[in-house]
Amino acid sequence: MAILVNEQSKVLIQGITGKQGTFHLKKMQEFGTTVVAGVAPGKGGRIHEGVPLYETVFEAVEAHPIDATVLFIPAPYCKDAALEAIEAGIKVIVIITEHIPVMDELIIVNRAKMKGVTIIGPNTFGMASWKCKLGILPNVAFSQGPVGVVARSGTLTYEIVGSLTSEGIGQTSVVGLGGDRVPGTNFVDMLKLFEADPETKAVILVGEIGGNAEEEASEYIKTMSKPVVAYLAGKSAPPGKRMGHAGAIIERGKGTYEGKVKALTEAGAQVATFPYEVVDKIKALLK
Amino acid sequence: MKCFEYMGKELFAQYGIPVPSGRMVTTAEEAEKVAAEIGRPVVVKSQVLSGKRGKAGGIKFADTPAEAKSAAKEILAMTVQGLPVNRLLVEEKLKIESEIYVAITIDGASKAPVLITSAKGGMDIEEQAEEDIVKVHLDVFLGLQPFMAKELARKIGLKGALAKSYSDVVQKMYRCMIEKDAELVEINPLVVSGEQVIAADAKVTIDDSALYRQKDIEYVDEDMTEVEKLARDAGIGSFVELGGDIAVMANGAGITMGTLDMVQLFGGEPANFMDAGGGTGVEGTAKAIEILLAQNPKVIFINIFGGITRCDDVAKALVYVKENKGIPVPVVVRMVGTNEQEGVAILKEAGFEAYRDMKTAAQKAVDLSKTGGAE
Repeated sequence: MAILVNEQSKVLIQGITGKQGTFHLKKMQEFGTTVVAGVAPGKGGRIHEGVPLYETVFEAVEAHPIDATVLFIPAPYCKDAALEAIEAGIKVIVIITEHIPVMDELIIVNRAKMKGVTIIGPNTFGMASWKCKLGILPNVAFSQGPVGVVARSGTLTYEIVGSLTSEGIGQTSVVGLGGDRVPGTNFVDMLKLFEADPETKAVILVGEIGGNAEEEASEYIKTMSKPVVAYLAGKSAPPGKRMGHAGAIIERGKGTYEGKVKALTEAGAQVATFPYEVVDKIKALLK
Repeated sequence: MKCFEYMGKELFAQYGIPVPSGRMVTTAEEAEKVAAEIGRPVVVKSQVLSGKRGKAGGIKFADTPAEAKSAAKEILAMTVQGLPVNRLLVEEKLKIESEIYVAITIDGASKAPVLITSAKGGMDIEEQAEEDIVKVHLDVFLGLQPFMAKELARKIGLKGALAKSYSDVVQKMYRCMIEKDAELVEINPLVVSGEQVIAADAKVTIDDSALYRQKDIEYVDEDMTEVEKLARDAGIGSFVELGGDIAVMANGAGITMGTLDMVQLFGGEPANFMDAGGGTGVEGTAKAIEILLAQNPKVIFINIFGGITRCDDVAKALVYVKENKGIPVPVVVRMVGTNEQEGVAILKEAGFEAYRDMKTAAQKAVDLSKTGGAE
C-alpha cells in the first residue's frame, strides 16, 4: 500500500516532449510508472517514447482513465496547464516547476481546493510510491518498505531517503510538498494519509524555516498513533533572507528554527539535529 | 524585489491612491528645485531599502527650498542602517491628524491574500496590541469587494467621508497588488488629513518570479551585496552572503541549508548560502566556484548529492578553476551519487581529497578554517 498513488495508477505527463519531460518520462518508466498518455500541443496523434500524445488534457482523459498528471511546463504557462488538468477532472496533480508567480499559485491551489484535487508542489521533486513515481526523485534512492516520508525540500530528501534505502529501510510513499510560499498540499494533509495507511509504520517529516507548516503539523502529530521523526533545515539562517526556496525565510520573527523544533518536540515527534540521525532514530523505532 | 518608497508611491498614484506631491531626486540642487515647486514646507526622505529611516536621521523636514537643499546634502552624505543614500524623495509635509496602518500580503498557510489594518498607524505592526489589529483573509476569486472595504473602515472606527476615502484606498491597494504581482503592499502611516487619507509611506515588494511580466517596474538590487550581484550575473539563482570564512556550495536549497547548519554546529562560520542548482554542468559550476573564491574564504566546502548533477562535472569544474585561476585555499569535497567514481578519480588525480560522508567532510572543513587558513 501507499498514499495517493500506487502501482495501479495511470499517469499523464503535460509537457512530455520537452527536454525535461522526455528525460524524466524515461526515468519514470524505468521506475515502473504506468505512463498512459502525454499532452503536447501541436503533436497530438503521435507516439513519443512509446506514449500516445494528445493536444489537450480533455482529449487525453477521453481516451484513457487517468489518476494523476505531472507537469513539466515552463513557469509562465503552469497556471493554464494546472487549471486545465483540474477542470478535466484529474485528482492528483504534480507541479515540478520552480518560479511560478505567487498570484498564479493562489489561483491554482484555491481552484484545486474547490474541486477536491490534490496538488503536489509547485517547486517539488514530486512523489513516489512503489512502481509509481510522479516527478524527479532519483530512482536509486527509493525502495519499498514501512516508512512514510514527507518533505519540503528535494535534495535533503534524496539524502535522507538514500540513507534509509542503503540501510535496508524502505518507504511506503515519499512526498515533496515543494519550497514555495503557497504549496498545494501541507504536512497535515499527508500525515493524515500516512496515519490511515496500514503499511506505514513510522513517518519522517523534513521541514525547514519559514511559514508555519511545521507548527500546524505539530498540532496533528499530537493525535497520531504512529511515531514521527523530524529534521529541519535552516538553523543557521539569518532572518529576512530567502534561503533558496521562496518559502524559506524568517519574516518578522516568524518561522524560526527554534519555534518549529519546540512545537514538534512538544507534540511528541523526535527531532534530529543532523540528517544522518534521522535514519538511526527510525531504526530504533522500527525494532 | 523590494521597491523604493518613491517607486511604491508612483505605483499608488497610477491606481489613484492619494500620495503627497513630490518627486525623487539624486542631488541637493534638485531637492531645492522640487521644494520651490511645491512652495510649502517639505520633507526630505532618504530612499533606502530599510525601515527605521527616521531614527537613523534619514528623514528631515525643511520649511524653505534652501533648508531642503542643506537637508538633502546632509542625508546624501550619510548611511542609513549601513546603506548609502543615492536617492531622495522630496515631498510636501502633511498635516497629520491621525495615522492608520494598512497592509495586504500573502498568507501561505491559508493560501490567501490577507489584509491587516489598524487605527494606530505610525509604528510597526508587531508593536501594536493584538486587540487593535483587524485581520481579514481574502478569497482570490472574490477579491476585495466594496462592502468588505466598508466593513473594514467600520471596524477601525472610521465614519463618513473618511470611511469612504479609506475604503477607496484599500480597494485600490488590492488591485495594485494583484495587477503588479506584489507580495506585499503596505502603507504605514496612512495619514488622516481633513476628510481624506493620504499614503505618507509606501512599502511594495514585487514577486521575484513575476518580474518577467512586470517589465515596467524599475529593477532594484540595492539590497544585494557585490558578491550577490556577481552570483546573480553568473546565473546562480540562490546566493546569500553570510559573512563567515567557509565558502559553501551545495545543490538544492534544503541540503544547502543543512550543510550550513552542520558547519555552524561544528563551530565554523559559513561565508554564504549557495544553491548551485541541479545539472549545472562544468562551465556553470566553474563560475560558481569562482564566486566562492571572490569572498576570500579560508576554506571551500563543496557538498554534492548527485541526482541530476553529475559528480564528474563538479570535479572537472574544480580542476578547471585550479588550473586557470588558481585556488589558494584548501578545498573539502563531499561527493556521492551520479558518476561518483569518475568524479572522485578526477579529484584524486588533481590532488583534491573527496569524502563520502557529509559529517566527516563538514568537520574537516571547520578544522581547516581554524588551522589551515589562507596562505
